[in-house]
Amino acid sequence: MNSIIFTAAARLLVALLLVFSVFMLLRGHNLPGGGFIGGLLGAVGFIVYSLACGPKEAKAALRCSPEALAMVGLGIALAAGLVSVFFGDPFFTGQWYWVGGDSYETAAFSVNSVLVFDIGVYLVVLGGILSLTFAFEEET
Amino acid sequence: MSWLLVLPIAIPFATAVFAYLARASAAGRWISLGGSVASLLASSALMVGVLREGVIAAQMSSWDAPFGITLVSDYLSAVMVVITAITGLATAIYAFGEISERLEKLGYHALFQTLIAGVTGAFLTGDLFNLYVWFEVMLIASFGLLVLGGSRAQLDAGIRYVALNLVSTIVFLAGIGLLYGVTGTLNMADLSEAVAQAENQNLITVIAILFMIGFGVKAAVFPLFFWLPASYHTPSFAVSAVFAGLLTKVGVYALMRMFTLVFVGDVAFTHEILIWVSALTMVTGVLGAAAQTDFRKILSFHIISQIGYMVLGLALYTPLALMGGVFYLVHHIIVKANLFLVSGVAKKLTGSTDLNRIGGLYKSSPFLAALFIIPAFSLAGFPPLSGFWAKYLIVKAALEIDAWFIAFVALVVGLLTIFSMTKIWGMAFWKPHPDGIDPEPARISPAVYWPMMIPIIGLAIMTVVIGLMPEPFVQFAEIAAMQLLEPDAYVTTVLGVRP
Repeated sequence: MNSIIFTAAARLLVALLLVFSVFMLLRGHNLPGGGFIGGLLGAVGFIVYSLACGPKEAKAALRCSPEALAMVGLGIALAAGLVSVFFGDPFFTGQWYWVGGDSYETAAFSVNSVLVFDIGVYLVVLGGILSLTFAFEEET
Repeated sequence: MSWLLVLPIAIPFATAVFAYLARASAAGRWISLGGSVASLLASSALMVGVLREGVIAAQMSSWDAPFGITLVSDYLSAVMVVITAITGLATAIYAFGEISERLEKLGYHALFQTLIAGVTGAFLTGDLFNLYVWFEVMLIASFGLLVLGGSRAQLDAGIRYVALNLVSTIVFLAGIGLLYGVTGTLNMADLSEAVAQAENQNLITVIAILFMIGFGVKAAVFPLFFWLPASYHTPSFAVSAVFAGLLTKVGVYALMRMFTLVFVGDVAFTHEILIWVSALTMVTGVLGAAAQTDFRKILSFHIISQIGYMVLGLALYTPLALMGGVFYLVHHIIVKANLFLVSGVAKKLTGSTDLNRIGGLYKSSPFLAALFIIPAFSLAGFPPLSGFWAKYLIVKAALEIDAWFIAFVALVVGLLTIFSMTKIWGMAFWKPHPDGIDPEPARISPAVYWPMMIPIIGLAIMTVVIGLMPEPFVQFAEIAAMQLLEPDAYVTTVLGVRP
C-alpha cells in the first residue's frame, strides 16, 4: 500500500492513538478504560504505522521485541498481585497509599498496586497482539 | 491458607517470565526445571492442606464469593494439580534431551510453563468465567507450542486444532452467557444452589447440553474428537506428552465438576446421553487406533478410547463409578504421558515413528522395551498394573447397576487395546529394523539419552507403585467421589456458612 495520503495521515493518527491509549490506561480504575483496552488501542497505533511504513519501521519504532514486552508485562502484573502478601492480604488485593488524605475523595493522589497491575496488562496486550500481527505480516 | 491455592498457579507464570528472559542461553531450561520442582512442592503443600481440611477456598482480591474470583480445591482438584506438576516436571527433564536450541530461543520454555499455569488454573478455579479464561490461556500456549518450529505439518495441525477449539470455547461462552442470564451468578458453588432453584428447568437442561458440547470438544469425546488425531502427532514429543496427558483431561475434569455440582437436575436425561457418548467414544477410539501404523497416531486414538472410560465413570453416577473415574483420570495421565515419552526415545533411536519403517528395539534396547511394556500393559488393563484397578472399578460399577451392555463394551475395548499395544510391540520392538539399523542406545549421546530416560523410569515406577499398592489411592478416590456426589462441604467452604 503506497498511498501518500495514508502515509501522511498515519503519522498524525499514530501519535493520537498512542496518546489516547495511555489516557485510557490511566483513567481506567474509576471510569471505563484500563490496561486491556489501552493495550488494544496502542496495538492499533502500531498496526496503522506498520501498514503505512512497513513492518520493519514499526518494529524499529517499538524498539524491543513484542514478545519480550508481553513477558515483562506478565512479570509486572504478577508482581503487582504479589505486593499484597507483604500486607497480609489475599493475593491481588489492591494496596493503596493515599497522599494528602485517606480516601478517594479527600486525597490529592494515590500510589497503588492496581495501576501497576493495569500497566502490566497493558504491556501484555500490546506485546501479545503485536507479536501476532508482525508474525502474520512477515508471512505475506 | 490462600497461598496454598495461589502458588501452584503463580510459580509457573513467574517461571515463564524468567525462562523467556533467559531464553538465549542454556539457563532457560534450568529455570524451567527449577520452576517445575517448585511447582511440585507447592502442589504437594496444597495436597497436604486439602488432606487436612477437606476443601479449601480463597477469595482473590478480598472480594467475597459469589462476586469475586474464588480459587477452591477439593480432593479432585488437589490430585489433578499434583499430577499436573508431576507431568510438568517429567517433561521439563525430558526437554533437556529433546528440545533443540532453536526452539528454546523461540521461547519454548516460557510457552510450556504458561501451559502448565493454564491447566493448573483450570483445576483450581471456582468461577465459570474464570474457567473460560484459563481455557483461553491453555489454548494460546498450546497453539504456540504446536506450531513452534513452523514445519508445514505443524501449521496444518495447528490451524485445525485452534479452529475446532475456538468453536468449543464459543459454545462454552454461549452457555456461560445463558446461565448467567438465568441465574445471575457464575460462581460454581453459588450456581449449585441457584440452578436447583431456577424456574425454567428445561432451559437449564438446554444449557447443560451446551456445556456438554463445549467440554466434550475439549475432552475429545465422540463425535467431537476429530481434532485430536489430526494434531497430536506433529509437535515435539515433550509437547505431545503434555498435551496427551493433560489437555483432554481438563475437559473431563470440567465435565465431572459441572455435571456433579451444577447440572444434576435431570440426571436421567443428561447422564444417559453421557453413557452412550462414552460407549461410542471407547469403541471409535479403539477402532481408529487399530487402523493406524504410526506410533503416535495409535497412541492419540487410544487417548480417545480411554476418555470414554472416564466419562463412563461420571455417566453412571454412582459412588463406585465416580471413584473409578477419578482413579482412571490420575492413572491415565501418568501412563499416557509416559507412552508418548517412550515414542520420543524410539524415534531418536530408530529415526521414525512409522511402525513400518522401524524395528529391532527389543534386541538392541531391552531396557526401553521393558519400560514400554509397563505403561502399555497398564493402559490395556493388565493386573497388577494401575490400569487394571481403574478398569476393574469402572466395570464393577457398571455391573452393580445392571448395565451389562456398557460393561461388555468396556471389556471388549480393553481387549482391542491389547491388540494395538501388541501391534506396536511386534512392529517397533520385535521385528528387525527394515533398513538393517541396530537401534542401540549408544547411537545417541548420553546427554540426550538419560534426560529422556529418567522421566520415563520415574513415571513407570509410579505406575507400578499404584498397581501394587492401590489401597491408599482407592481410598483417596473414594473420598473425592463422595465430595463430588455431596457437594455441601464444597459449597459452604466457598460461600461461608449462611443462616
